[in-house]
Amino acid sequence: MSGHDKARIKILLNWLAPFLGLILVIALFSLMPEVRERFLRPANFKSVATQSVIVALGALGMTFIIISGGIDLSAASNIALSSVVVAYAVNVGAPPPAALAAGILCGGLVGFVNGGLITTLRLVPFIVTLGMMGIARGVAKWMAGNQKIDAPLTWINGLMAKSPRPSWLLLAPGVWLMIVFAVLMAFVLRRTVFGRHVFAIGSNEATARLCGIRTRRAKVLIYSLSGLFCGLAGVMEYSRLTVGDPTVAVGLELDIIAAVVIGGGSLAGGEGSILGTLIGVFIMSFLRNGCTMMGWPNYIQEIIIGAIIVAAVGLDQVRHRRAA
Amino acid sequence: MTRSPADDLVLRMEDISKSYGATCALAGVRFELRRGEVHALLGENGAGKSTLVKVLSGAVRPDAGRMSIGGVPYLPAGPIDGKRCGVSMIYQELTLCPHLTVEENIMLGKEPRRRGVVRPAEMRRRVREVLDFMRHPEIAAEVPVRKLSVGAKQIVEIARALVDEARILVMDEPTSSLTLDDSEELFRIIHRLKERGVAIIYISHFLEEVRRVADVFTVLRDGRNAGSGRMADAPLEAIIRMMVGQEFKELFPRIPHDIGEVLLSLDGLKGRAMQAEIGLALRKGEILGIAGLIGSGRTETLRAVFGLDPIERGTVTIGRVRFEAGQPWERIEQGLGLLSEDRQGEGLALSQSIADNVTLSRLGPFSRSGVLSLGRRREVVAGLMERVKVKGRHPGEPVAVLSGGNQQKVALARLLHQEADILLLDEPTRGIDVMSKAQIYEWIGRLAAQGKAVLFVSSYLPELLGVCDTIAVFHRGRVVDSRPASAWDGAGILQAAAVGRTGADREEAKP
Repeated sequence: MSGHDKARIKILLNWLAPFLGLILVIALFSLMPEVRERFLRPANFKSVATQSVIVALGALGMTFIIISGGIDLSAASNIALSSVVVAYAVNVGAPPPAALAAGILCGGLVGFVNGGLITTLRLVPFIVTLGMMGIARGVAKWMAGNQKIDAPLTWINGLMAKSPRPSWLLLAPGVWLMIVFAVLMAFVLRRTVFGRHVFAIGSNEATARLCGIRTRRAKVLIYSLSGLFCGLAGVMEYSRLTVGDPTVAVGLELDIIAAVVIGGGSLAGGEGSILGTLIGVFIMSFLRNGCTMMGWPNYIQEIIIGAIIVAAVGLDQVRHRRAA
Repeated sequence: MTRSPADDLVLRMEDISKSYGATCALAGVRFELRRGEVHALLGENGAGKSTLVKVLSGAVRPDAGRMSIGGVPYLPAGPIDGKRCGVSMIYQELTLCPHLTVEENIMLGKEPRRRGVVRPAEMRRRVREVLDFMRHPEIAAEVPVRKLSVGAKQIVEIARALVDEARILVMDEPTSSLTLDDSEELFRIIHRLKERGVAIIYISHFLEEVRRVADVFTVLRDGRNAGSGRMADAPLEAIIRMMVGQEFKELFPRIPHDIGEVLLSLDGLKGRAMQAEIGLALRKGEILGIAGLIGSGRTETLRAVFGLDPIERGTVTIGRVRFEAGQPWERIEQGLGLLSEDRQGEGLALSQSIADNVTLSRLGPFSRSGVLSLGRRREVVAGLMERVKVKGRHPGEPVAVLSGGNQQKVALARLLHQEADILLLDEPTRGIDVMSKAQIYEWIGRLAAQGKAVLFVSSYLPELLGVCDTIAVFHRGRVVDSRPASAWDGAGILQAAAVGRTGADREEAKP
């Protein structure tokens, strides 16, 4: 076998590996006689897709950050803050498009501040975003007067509807948004100059600098982009809840990070893909869905998902060691 | 001195050989060390000194050869085993734990204990004893090591070896990061260690310092013994001749090239990491070699020019434009390219593909409003790989799978793709095989023939003499002298680099 063929097979295997996990999870529940029928119904797949939207949108941005060698612990707080901002805007009578834009931009702003602090103060992302996790959550509670913000229903609340209108959409608009943005971000990551810079910074920042990449500017961009996705996820959160709840999504940043890592993202930077991340999101969603149908208690789900994270990263390590 | 020399023999190494793949690091080296002796181990970079020392410490297992310590056969299974047999190493980069205290560092791994509980009083007593012996009672045992000066840290390191009851102490470039006062203090301590009967192997590039400290010397060249004797009997010139040996010109294809106007000039340039101001001028079509010891400021100068380190004083003039500051991306736009000496740590993003590494500094040709054409990029990279002779590899493979020589060719291919006019090459041939070296020399010549200007930093004198038009020698952060390559010889460069003076005065003194 020539070097070229070997390289191709290796690339193919890397691409397939995360799929295997997803197929395994779906196969597992399909083999359980007590849930098989309900689990495999299209309506169930639809509801899993809808349940995945918020984590998936957050994970799109997180994929960029993790590939660049960073981390964002403030993602979930940012989602909560953005959802409160949307509710607040709708409540004070802003037209829905403006409220939607306000939510997304609020998320972007939080990301921009994260990126700015990381690059100008030269602090590690872990610390900056740990601080921002508290700050954004606090601001959200402050804005909402420490309670939920009730807001009149608008078309924004239809974005996450399980039975979308018009019905030819088949899936909730939020699911379509997730798909469109995933394709777009996969393209940005693989096929644009910016995407290559993200990989280079995460793989070896010194090399990136040596090659004339403006690493600080790129990082601010990466965190801002991720913030925008948190903002959009916040809009979806508001859409789902129909209220602005500052206490929503606590701990969700860990689900988001786990999705990226299960999908092959390396916390050391330089590795990861949008497809992998999405598969990571769906692995977790299907597990939750299946466990609930089985009537397994919550703690079983937590144990299984915890084990999956360790197993996925462990397998990845083994694969790498063999490649090296 | 009534003891007979044979009784004093602490260490005997015979016929030590070691190869790494095709490169032979040691070929039948012998080395003898006596009690209370300071033995200088000399040679150019790559001569085999560090491999020999690693064999002694147990870090490297020789392919062939015998060793004995105090007449007993010695075959260490690893560095810990070596230490148990009385061999201790003091490395260039200190190996202390910065957050632990002086006494914790000194006693690390050999804390006096009773049923697993450390006995602080006993620990303190032994630490005081050894610090007093070294006449440094002022070093407080309870202070974290990170608060000490570099000189004091080294004393702690030596104290650790003494607590190990080392019979053989290896010092690898111990003064390279010390101030003059600290170096003097180190020499005093060495004297005291000698009196105690410790044998010391002393590795240093600073020849005058070696003359002061060492009693005897052994010179290695290309992994073989090139000479040895008593320090007092050998003039400096003789030792340098042993180190340099014969030069091989055939490796260096001479490609004719014309030298034009000045493209890059440094005026009183001082970067943050530099010790003094540097002035240099590089002309179109010129290959300017920079020689000097490690730590003489060569790399730091290149980094300041390229914008990797901030500039404190002075200017960089590129073409006709004068700059007082700049970022790497600006320098790349101005036509500069830098090849890092640290190939794995800085030069290449190892987990990324060959294509990514080659094109990272210039993605422009493949992008239309930020979107890349990966197919076209693959073609261009495949062409470049052909040109630099990286064979049998796919552009999509990660750089990590390549050999050192091929990795270096990828790093150079980046500069070719970037179409840099001024190339700053920092140790471009370090750690790569002879064939790859020859190819790199040929390229440097070709690039000069195309009118590019090349700054070529190297610690390997034959290649500087064989490839360069002009050679500047650095010593402790300053340019000692800059002359046409034909006006230098290996001994002259080595003397200028090691002593900070050119041989001019010496030659004039001769009839």
